[in-house]
Amino acid sequence: MARVLINFPQRAKRGDIIEVKTLIQHPMETGYRLDNKGAAIPRDIINRFTCTYNGDEVFRGELHPAISANPFIAFSTVVTETGELVFSWTDDRGQIQTETRQINVE
Amino acid sequence: MKGLLKPLLGLAAATTLAAAPDERRSGYDFAGGEIRAMQDDDTANPGSLWVLQGEALWSKPVGADGRACADCHGDARVSMRGVAARYPAYDAALARPVDLEQRINQCRTEHQRAEPLAWESDDLLALTAFVARQSRGVPVAVSTKPELHPFGALGRELFRQRQGQLNLSCRQCHEDNWGKRLAGSVIPQAHPTGYPVYRLEWQTLGSLQRRLRSCMIGVRAEPFDYGAPQAVALELYLMERARGMPMDPPAVRP
Repeated sequence: MARVLINFPQRAKRGDIIEVKTLIQHPMETGYRLDNKGAAIPRDIINRFTCTYNGDEVFRGELHPAISANPFIAFSTVVTETGELVFSWTDDRGQIQTETRQINVE
Repeated sequence: MKGLLKPLLGLAAATTLAAAPDERRSGYDFAGGEIRAMQDDDTANPGSLWVLQGEALWSKPVGADGRACADCHGDARVSMRGVAARYPAYDAALARPVDLEQRINQCRTEHQRAEPLAWESDDLLALTAFVARQSRGVPVAVSTKPELHPFGALGRELFRQRQGQLNLSCRQCHEDNWGKRLAGSVIPQAHPTGYPVYRLEWQTLGSLQRRLRSCMIGVRAEPFDYGAPQAVALELYLMERARGMPMDPPAVRP
């Protein structure tokens, strides 16, 4: 599976607003390029990104062509309780990459 | 008259500055704030993805003997510290310098009995990035061995050699006109401190050899083949020019 980097403060207080940063390895093929033989290279981009916090969706993004390879997505969320952040990227081939990270509330 | 003199004086100043060793500036100094911020934050630096991959490859057994890099070299954080800052290095058996990518492939074929990795393949870039990452902050320290002198001299000659349909040498841009713009981009001084680099234009990580080839294609010259002795000589000369400057791989460049 693709390499992923996710970063946010490992410990936070209830009510804190934290920044969550994500980076994923993906070619983000636009669909507008041709290969060496002139045939169109089919589009293959991550078209959807979601993040849930203990099951509640806290961020969702729809991605379109013209977003660079290896997209970096950062967003903020309010810390409510200790639990899991689940990140999910879906691409045009239907591949879904899911990553889970623990968050601890002091 | 004033209008005429100003640019001339500016040019003279730039030429003098390029010659003074303490006026050297890495590509990082020429990059914009956003790019620098991207490089400095490991989560935002896309080069980190290859470093992660390289870390996994480091301890993965390969080849006929089923040996991993880690089986001989141990913890890369210790054993590979400062190594990339010393490349290209002289190889006594080959009687010529080899760069880091070539050394990794040499290790694979001779010690791991595995297939060499293709130039610019993700795996080779990943291993190079992982090894180079251990030299972040270490000053460039290529060897001053006399055996390397002819190769450094060849590199220096190539750096000054006009080439291609545009008939430009490396030096004309990177020493005589650094800091000015070529189309929208600032011309840097060509100090290869951050390779392999994540180049936004490439949308991927790339080696110094790829960078050199791009420059050569830019001046409409026939680029060196990957791994060509001339390419390694030029790499060596560039690292000699950058001796003492801190390494910052994997760097992010426009």
